[in-house]
Amino acid sequence: MNQEHYARRKRLNAVMFALTAVCAAVASGTLLAVLAYIAWKGASSLSWAFLTNLPKPVGETGGGIANAIVGSAKVVGLAGLLGIPVGVLGGVYLAEYGRGRYAFAVRYAADVMNGVPSIVVGLFAYALIVHPMKKFSALSGSVALAFIMVPIVLRNTEEFLRLVPGTIREAALALGVPRWKVTLFVILPTAGRGILTGALLALARVAGETAPLIFTAFGNRFSDNGWLNPIATLPHTIYTYAISPYEDWHNQAWAAALILMLFVLLVNVTARVWLRPSSGTSH
Amino acid sequence: MDMMRPMPLPPMTEESASKDASVPIALSVRGLQAGYGAAPVLKGVSLDVREMTVTAIIGPSGCGKSTLIRCLNRMHEAIPGATCEGEILLGGRNALDMDPVVLRREVGMVFQRPNPFPTMTIAQNVAAGLVLNGVRDRAVLAETVEKSLRRAALWDEVKDKLDAPGVGLSGGQQQRLCIARALAVEPSILLLDEPCSALDPIATGRIEELLLEIKHQLTVVIVTHNMQQAARVSEYTVFMLMGEMVEYGQTRKMFTQPADKRTEDYITGRFG
Repeated sequence: MNQEHYARRKRLNAVMFALTAVCAAVASGTLLAVLAYIAWKGASSLSWAFLTNLPKPVGETGGGIANAIVGSAKVVGLAGLLGIPVGVLGGVYLAEYGRGRYAFAVRYAADVMNGVPSIVVGLFAYALIVHPMKKFSALSGSVALAFIMVPIVLRNTEEFLRLVPGTIREAALALGVPRWKVTLFVILPTAGRGILTGALLALARVAGETAPLIFTAFGNRFSDNGWLNPIATLPHTIYTYAISPYEDWHNQAWAAALILMLFVLLVNVTARVWLRPSSGTSH
Repeated sequence: MDMMRPMPLPPMTEESASKDASVPIALSVRGLQAGYGAAPVLKGVSLDVREMTVTAIIGPSGCGKSTLIRCLNRMHEAIPGATCEGEILLGGRNALDMDPVVLRREVGMVFQRPNPFPTMTIAQNVAAGLVLNGVRDRAVLAETVEKSLRRAALWDEVKDKLDAPGVGLSGGQQQRLCIARALAVEPSILLLDEPCSALDPIATGRIEELLLEIKHQLTVVIVTHNMQQAARVSEYTVFMLMGEMVEYGQTRKMFTQPADKRTEDYITGRFG
């Protein structure tokens, strides 16, 4: 009886263990599968010309996505310039000075913002910028992406600042250094690596956003159009090409997806490597 | 509100009193009450700290000795909800009415755990107080770094690696680095809050030696858990119990003939 019971428990344990292992494999396997599939479908259309040429007129085969690469760099770059400072400074406020109701409200709002569907953020940017200016623009796309970045960067900055030991803050204050200088020149650099990593990850995250750009950056088949005109971006180009009826565009969409994937992966890996403290400063 | 009135100093023995008269007072505490929120920790403490001496504050855990020393440069206030009332007289001014930033340049502090700035090199750590307050002259900074490291008895060990990270040093070296950092802003009083509690006996010994050295240049107040340490480094000892000062006098006197029964019980290890 007892032996039988034990054997059954052992079998159950083995089954459950196998189940957890399978689930873990599914989770990590998805990434590999997506990567492999995109690489397989996209690699055939990938070439130097594809990266450096503008799109051909509709109906002609060939052409590239140079405008979308430049456009994504511009839109995401400006989004970073707008969103990262706001997020970092807001995070500094929450971590260093944030007590009471206002801080609670800001924190709560940031967490809710993190969960707002990105297409809603796109609509907001549309109402805020596109509608008054009566024009789709790179600027409005950047603003939409910046709105998505701010809560991510803000909460990340706050978390990393909170990891700085209170003893470091005390040490600086005890030297007769004003509070703002302590925050700016001692606490921020101490948390700098983590804050930068968070900012990079937020950049990578918005680089892949499509929905907020549909009615802001809008897309464009021509090259550099300034900040106040519609502009092509990688995710939006992928979307447009993928839903088109042309076989050639489908292949280009795969190739563009591969480029976007590689960029996001590169930023992610860079950020992770960066976050790992170097041997000299760790303890 | 009776507690608010400055309290008389505890009686001093004749021997110490006659000697004391010749030593100027660096800092006077009068009727100091402090706490966290509604909980009182210090219930009216008064004492005079003598110039160019080492004064040790001893007492069991929770007696308020750390709170007392943290009031002296107003680091106590950095804790949310902290309260502090009374007088801390420093050259005729009440420290509690001064700008804490200015006060802390005058009254430096070293903490329990070594806390060098993790992003800075050894030299940058020492110079931090000056650099953050706007000193840019490289020659002045280099001179201050060497002088401060020498005063903290660390120069010989680090002179060849001033550009190495401060956190790469051993615990005892880090604590001496923190002392050098505090000395670099030229305070007239140095507070040490159990500076050796995280260190081994050899590192502790080195810090005690350097305290005996720097007391010729400035006033030292040290909180310690270790009564032997108080006996070794200090001229005056304050014994605290449950937020009150029980006895204050010359260390030699207190350790041989304590005036109060509670001091005797603590020193002889009957409690605490």
